[in-house]
Amino acid sequence: MRRSFKKTLFAAASATAALALTGGAIAFCGFYVAKADTKLFNKASKVALMRDGDRTVMTMANDFQGDLKEFAVVVPVPVVLEEGQIHVTDSAILDHLDAYTAPRLVEYFDEDPCMVYEREEMAMAAPMDAVTVTASKRQKGYGVTIEAEYTVGEYDIQILSAEQSDGLAAWLTDNGYKLPEGAEATLGSYIKQNTKFFVAKVNLEEQAQTGLHYLRPLQIAFESPKFVLPIRLGTVNAEGKQELFVFGLTRSGRIETTNYRTVKLPTGQNVPLYVKDEFGDFYKSMFREQVEKENERAVFLEYAWDMAWCDPCAADPLSRQELRELGVYWLGSANSGALPRRPAPGGAQDVYVTRLHVSYDAEHFPEDLIFKETGDRSNFHGRYVLRHPYKGDASCEAAKDYRAELPKRFEKEAQTLANLTGWDIDDIRDRMNAGNQSFTPPEPEPWWKRLWGGDKKEG
Amino acid sequence: MKAIFKDPRHYQIVVLSALLAFGVTTRAFEISPAQVAAILATALGVQFLGSFMTAVRFEPRSAVITTLSLSLLLRADALAPLMVAAAVAIGSKFTLRLYGKHVFNPANAGIIAMLILSQTVMPGAAWTTPGQWGTALWLAAAVAGAGLFVTYRSARLDVPFIFLGTYAALIIARALWLGDPLAIPMLRLQNGALVLFAFFMISDPKTTPDGALARTVFAAGAALIAYVLGYHFYITDGIFYALAIMCIIRPAIEALDPAPQYKWGDPVSRLRPFKRLPFSRPHPMPAE
Repeated sequence: MRRSFKKTLFAAASATAALALTGGAIAFCGFYVAKADTKLFNKASKVALMRDGDRTVMTMANDFQGDLKEFAVVVPVPVVLEEGQIHVTDSAILDHLDAYTAPRLVEYFDEDPCMVYEREEMAMAAPMDAVTVTASKRQKGYGVTIEAEYTVGEYDIQILSAEQSDGLAAWLTDNGYKLPEGAEATLGSYIKQNTKFFVAKVNLEEQAQTGLHYLRPLQIAFESPKFVLPIRLGTVNAEGKQELFVFGLTRSGRIETTNYRTVKLPTGQNVPLYVKDEFGDFYKSMFREQVEKENERAVFLEYAWDMAWCDPCAADPLSRQELRELGVYWLGSANSGALPRRPAPGGAQDVYVTRLHVSYDAEHFPEDLIFKETGDRSNFHGRYVLRHPYKGDASCEAAKDYRAELPKRFEKEAQTLANLTGWDIDDIRDRMNAGNQSFTPPEPEPWWKRLWGGDKKEG
Repeated sequence: MKAIFKDPRHYQIVVLSALLAFGVTTRAFEISPAQVAAILATALGVQFLGSFMTAVRFEPRSAVITTLSLSLLLRADALAPLMVAAAVAIGSKFTLRLYGKHVFNPANAGIIAMLILSQTVMPGAAWTTPGQWGTALWLAAAVAGAGLFVTYRSARLDVPFIFLGTYAALIIARALWLGDPLAIPMLRLQNGALVLFAFFMISDPKTTPDGALARTVFAAGAALIAYVLGYHFYITDGIFYALAIMCIIRPAIEALDPAPQYKWGDPVSRLRPFKRLPFSRPHPMPAE
């Protein structure tokens, strides 16, 4: 059957060239945070990058919501990939990594001011959210060489090399990919840098056999001195900004971008209690605000953690099998008996995880993201604190002081929230008032109240 | 008072201190006061030891400049890697000498030594963070302006311009060849680390050739090597390696264009560009 439809090329994970075109229902569920199941970030992609020396494993996920026939992705890759270097994995693993590293809300309950236990409840940001192979063949045309052709999982994959951008553009167009204007120049730049192109479409028959109604993440493993995530094709004609989450899995430490500034997301602040019910909105607004503050040119660090040293580990860390699936080859499989470099207690693994979040467009991010691995193993995570005032009866002197201090504390929380998110301070105060965080100081008790109070009771 | 401003190192200390304060307060540079103190103590200590052993007057100013440069450019979790860098930086001034000059730019030597150690025996011990400045043009301009003043005072105004000009020409030519938007090379040129390197490191009068022609070759060569390392070998710290390589071959370049050696506080007019002076071998000078 000839393909009569036009494929919509879209930027897969970041790196990808997402040439998102027509109609593409490229709605991408961001992550669901706390109880909010709103789609936080549209047009988002998630990429996990295992990097050790020149070894790289890239896992690319996108929440493509449109007609699967319309799905297509072009990813510039540094080398021609063999069949064994391509894999399709379970999206649950990336979702798990996402959930594990997402900014989170922490609740503390004030103790009785008259007499310290603390309870920590984490509202973790929930996540946003198999293989057959056919023989490869070569063919020529348009100055385009199909270096290899595979069917992996539900994807039909071709690895292309090209001599000229116009030839490649023509080939892609004639093969049902619809290229946006301006893509040709970018393709040309990649071609001159001797880049190959990883092109994938959905094999509908295979897809039906998976029984899934979504597409699973594609993985590629290769060696290259370049530690780069190609985002340029994805910006060619994108409407507005695209969201990208990069999860670095490394051995020595945190990753950061060298050609853009990597900025830590504000963390650790106390925010009003009502944020609990709208943590999703809070996070989204805060991220937008921070992007603006950095002139839309920064990459944000949301999480950086040495998984060998989690003591205690945050809830539900990634298992060794999951990490191996994402490319962390040095862990050894659970059954192989291979030992990690150093013994890790409990769920700890010898991996450093970095989560970066970037909102990009061509104007502010003209160049691909170039990364480097640092030796920084200090821990960081985006974390926002709810402090519940003590609600019980307490009548000592300390309790009075405590209650008198509360309005000041609430005001500070309101200002913090306004500052972080850009929300209107008066609205915030109103919401807080409505939510039992009153700014009215308690009526000062008349001096004589306690003078004979005790006597009365007796009488 | 006049004497204070005659020596360009004073300007340099002021400007680098201001940049460090700016970086720490507005750019969240990850360098702690304890780390700066450790670098300073090590640098001064080694300077003192070196001065004592070579019987020259103890001169703290260059050690302070090296401290500031390392604090601006090198990062580590612990104190020890930064102290090693400081010790190598100052130590190299006293030990690695040729024709009476130290071979390496001190801070550059410290950085290179730690980068190599971090990739071999001390994995991940220290690293540079080229993205930390961001790419705000105004910042680059401010650094350049401040650096301009410093380099002018030390009669090395040509070095940053030749270096940046050559580097800019190479990456712009590359962008044109690739058909890339010029926003890409512009992004790279606005990098604060690059501008800082050009105005405050490679232009150090003590480790650049004294002859104007030799200086041109030196600066342009460093730019070319930095370009090749960065764009063909994907080495993110290419500029530092480039300077180290040029420092190694500097005596050969100097032999082609001999000139009297710069001394701190020399008036600018004495070293007017391209004013050739009669042939003389650089005379040995003790380490300052």
